[in-house]
Amino acid sequence: MKVTEIAELEKIANEIRIGIIEEVYAGKSGHPGGSLSCADILAVLYFNQMNINPETPKSPSRDRFVLSKGHASPALYSTLAQRGYFDKKELLSFRGIDSILQGHPDMKNIPGVDMSTGSLGQGVSCANGMAMASKLNGDGFRVYCLVGDGEIEEGQIWEALMSAAHYKLDNLCVIVDNNNLQIDGTITDVMSSYPINLKFESFGFNVINIDGHNMEEIVDAFNRAKTLKGRPTAIIAKTIKGKGVSFMENQVGWHGKAPNEEQYNQAISELRNK
Amino acid sequence: MNIDKKIATRQSYGEKLVELGKINKDIVVLDADLATATKTELFKKEFPNRFFDIGIAEQNMISTAAGMATCGKIPYASTFAMFAAGRAYDQIRNSVCYPKLNVKICATHAGVSVGEDGATHQMLEDLGMMRALPNMTVMSVSDDVETKWAVEEISKLNGPVYLRLCRLASPVIYEENQKFEIGKGIQIGDGTDATVIATGLMVSEAIKAKEELEQKGIYIRVVDIHTIKPIDKELIVKCAKETKRIITIEDHSIIGGLGTAVCEVLSEEYPSKVTRLGMLDTFGKSGKAEKLLEYYGLDKNGIIKALM
Repeated sequence: MKVTEIAELEKIANEIRIGIIEEVYAGKSGHPGGSLSCADILAVLYFNQMNINPETPKSPSRDRFVLSKGHASPALYSTLAQRGYFDKKELLSFRGIDSILQGHPDMKNIPGVDMSTGSLGQGVSCANGMAMASKLNGDGFRVYCLVGDGEIEEGQIWEALMSAAHYKLDNLCVIVDNNNLQIDGTITDVMSSYPINLKFESFGFNVINIDGHNMEEIVDAFNRAKTLKGRPTAIIAKTIKGKGVSFMENQVGWHGKAPNEEQYNQAISELRNK
Repeated sequence: MNIDKKIATRQSYGEKLVELGKINKDIVVLDADLATATKTELFKKEFPNRFFDIGIAEQNMISTAAGMATCGKIPYASTFAMFAAGRAYDQIRNSVCYPKLNVKICATHAGVSVGEDGATHQMLEDLGMMRALPNMTVMSVSDDVETKWAVEEISKLNGPVYLRLCRLASPVIYEENQKFEIGKGIQIGDGTDATVIATGLMVSEAIKAKEELEQKGIYIRVVDIHTIKPIDKELIVKCAKETKRIITIEDHSIIGGLGTAVCEVLSEEYPSKVTRLGMLDTFGKSGKAEKLLEYYGLDKNGIIKALM
């Protein structure tokens, strides 16, 4: 199933956002802000770009996705459920003691999760390993890795970027969810990772700057990344933390907090009326 | 044991990797700019396409190995024990052990026997840290034959392994036809005056002590624990029952490693007094490896002194 209509992708992204709110509300725990900011990117990856099949989640030749910012697990789980990897009802068990849906992605037990993540900064290295294996085997699959703009304060990220360029991993695409907020405040105030694009360029990446909520720009960027050979590509996606829920947008406080009943009702009603 | 034929376990590792690379195409090797010292350079020469130098970036190396393992590769990742278990602990825990990925961390230059490089390079806590990780198999090998067996055997084990190797050349203990099994210690001799439970470099020292003590009419046995986890409980309890004393010795801190593991077993299964020899909650220092081992009592004489 490849969705190419922009309006359809927008509808899917909105459903992913509804799922995120349902999960975090049901679990009374989780990270809504940074999940909502990357929902559009995940919609494009899983419904328009990646060569995947929910019927065969372990197929060796499938494209891979690594959610390096593992705390955005509600976004990944909601996307996987929408895509048919498991029942949407499962989302309501998020973070519960009997749930497969762990607080952070667990590749051993969740269909469709390609790498366990959670401790920040490790995902690009893992994605590199997958991209290297793809080249070694001649499988030709592509690897996508989503990092946070706060997460890239971790030193290992830069080790991995250096390595990706050194090994000419043009089958790797790193996406930066640049929502400009981390737990303690704005990126600029806490520990500026700017200028992100120039840093990635100087580390040997092709860089594409986009509005991470504009479906057309997201699709175009991924399509272009596939044509760029000899170097890995980074898509720097300017996003809004909490995107889609008015009172969560651009609010630091919604990084890792669950809504109460009133807030939940309002969030769902706003998303349903889009 | 052949005292005249000495070879460092890192050398045996490098040689065996080449053999293994020929029969198993899934094996890939990663190093962090220490290929000449860890001896993975031998594999690099033979299979340049399956060798990846990650540069001085151990954390990146371990997570990269994890990513490769998700795609069916069997990565052997090598650097000094200090920078594998120490620098990349979080990556080993979260990228490798939690998802139970098939990564073999082969860490050379463990212990105070690193020598001249001194305390910053002498890893004394790795067995403790690696042993605490769920899903991890922890091995510490004592000679050329055992190392070559282990390097191949762990390729057949689907899951994370930490293999501890040393810089210093040490005597060849075993005959080529020696039988080994992961999780099973090797009892050498059947003296009942004491059991010396040793691992890595200390096994040959324990055997030397055993031979010297025999001249004095003291009969001990040596147990080579090459698998620190899962540890051979049965053999440890059996020896505690059959001998008067238990001594453990390791080129590692007495906190967390072999000595601790033996105490855990015996305190639960057969409470016994245990004397732990090892690094006594201290950092090492520079010096010739043999001199350092002597200085810290990690040799034949240290064992004999503890027994007399």
